[in-house]
Amino acid sequence: MPGRIEVDGRVAGTWQTATLTEIRRETPRVSTFRFAVPGWAGHVPGQHLMLRLTAEDGYVAQRHYSLASAPDDSGHIELTLDHVEDGEVSGWFHTVARPGDRIEVRGPLSGFFAWPGDRPALLLGAGSGVVPLMSMVRHHRARGLTVPLRLLVSARSPGDLIYAGEYGAETTPVFTRSAPAGTPVGRMTAAHLAPLLSRPPADGWEAYVCGSNSFAEHASRLLVAAGQPVDRIRIERFG
Amino acid sequence: MNTTRGFTGRPRATGPQLPPGQYDAGDDWPVLSAEVTPDLSPADWTFRVGGLVAESRIWDWAGARRLPASAYAGDIHCVTGWSKFGVRFGGVSLDTFLEEAGPLPSATHAVAYAHTGYSANLPLADLTGGRAWIVWEYDGRPLAPEHGGPARLVVPHLYFWKSVKWVAGLELLDRDEPGFWEQNGYHARGNPWEEQRYSGD
Ligand SMILES: Cc1cc2nc3c(=O)[nH]c(=O)nc-3n(C[C@H](O)[C@H](O)[C@H](O)COP(=O)(O)OP(=O)(O)OC[C@H]3O[C@@H](n4cnc5c(N)ncnc54)[C@H](O)[C@@H]3O)c2cc1C
Repeated sequence: MPGRIEVDGRVAGTWQTATLTEIRRETPRVSTFRFAVPGWAGHVPGQHLMLRLTAEDGYVAQRHYSLASAPDDSGHIELTLDHVEDGEVSGWFHTVARPGDRIEVRGPLSGFFAWPGDRPALLLGAGSGVVPLMSMVRHHRARGLTVPLRLLVSARSPGDLIYAGEYGAETTPVFTRSAPAGTPVGRMTAAHLAPLLSRPPADGWEAYVCGSNSFAEHASRLLVAAGQPVDRIRIERFG
Repeated sequence: MNTTRGFTGRPRATGPQLPPGQYDAGDDWPVLSAEVTPDLSPADWTFRVGGLVAESRIWDWAGARRLPASAYAGDIHCVTGWSKFGVRFGGVSLDTFLEEAGPLPSATHAVAYAHTGYSANLPLADLTGGRAWIVWEYDGRPLAPEHGGPARLVVPHLYFWKSVKWVAGLELLDRDEPGFWEQNGYHARGNPWEEQRYSGD
């Protein structure tokens, strides 16, 4: 399956300094980190970057993070990080980082999971897997796109739902542990997909699945069972 | 050096086994693939060597299993940052398949492709001389579907995206032709010791 966009090797290969400008709490475990990156070349929703932290003794930790913000020309980007237990990099962000800190990033990387906003998009995410999908939703809104876009987002509980205040009619939340009164509790099922896949848009959906490996396996199998062609399912696994 | 305020990193095991920028994943074996895990049974699996060869050859499951067994015991390295030490794969050396097909002198590269459509390019020199395998066992057990079972390519001295899961064949070429991730911005060769991650490296 081809990537959706060309990636510029020179951009992908260059480390740039990113200055933290703002930290916003999303849920008790998740925060959004906003950075000024003056030389940022711009990105396409769905892309990620590589980030590195360097210790005094020269030790370097590198991790991949999806871009949460929609592409814009503000010279800023946003990442949304889950605080992983004992996590080396997410731990630093959640316990040490403050505005003014500088880190390094390279990217944007990979054209495979990118969504330029051209094809109908069916987005399935769980936990922090919603991050690159939110970039797509924000892009859709910011540009006033009319191409169909739907988001199914799975979270343990309403309090764990990242970007909860930002969803609109395009989004169906699925809660696996506890839910508001009247909403069922449980995993994403065929019933969530049936209405979308029994009446797909004219050219069909391009499906984007993002989350842990077990969520990616589950959600992609549901899609295939509901009739979505395998070559129109793109998967990003966070591990 | 651009040090990060207040960042020390966790107590770390470095050592001659760990390529730069990698960490030891311990018992974890993360799954990273961009596609749906296929329902591919051994009965449906075939492996073909074609392109610039004396005679293109195709093996089915039983035919491949009859070839002399060969194992890899050692380390693997994923471009996303984890390395896994002391893994054991069982299968057949790729040399055995290539000898039967007979690469032509003009063959310099190969594209390894999967039953799912995924592909990766490799210089032929990285696939010969006891450095690559087609494997169906991990730790003495059948290779799990999400890790590429029933059979995958293993080229342990390169980043693991080159070790094509659900491998379906090799096409031998007289030029380098980018595969799936290489078209998506990854490095053409992917040597972990030189940190050849992305195309600019
Ligand atoms: C393409 C991509 C995009 C991603 N996007 C996002 C995103 O938008 N948001 C997000 O939150 N995450 C994202 N991730 C996951 C992210 O890259 C990190 O894996 C995550 O933040 C954890 O990193 P960490 O350094 O905090 O944890 P790590 O230190 O890597 O720890 C992770 C787990 O492994 C264990 N562990 C790892 N190394 C060691 C060690 N040496 N010793 C002991 N234990 C160890 C830890 O105990 C912990 O349980 C993405 C991943 C990929 C591949």
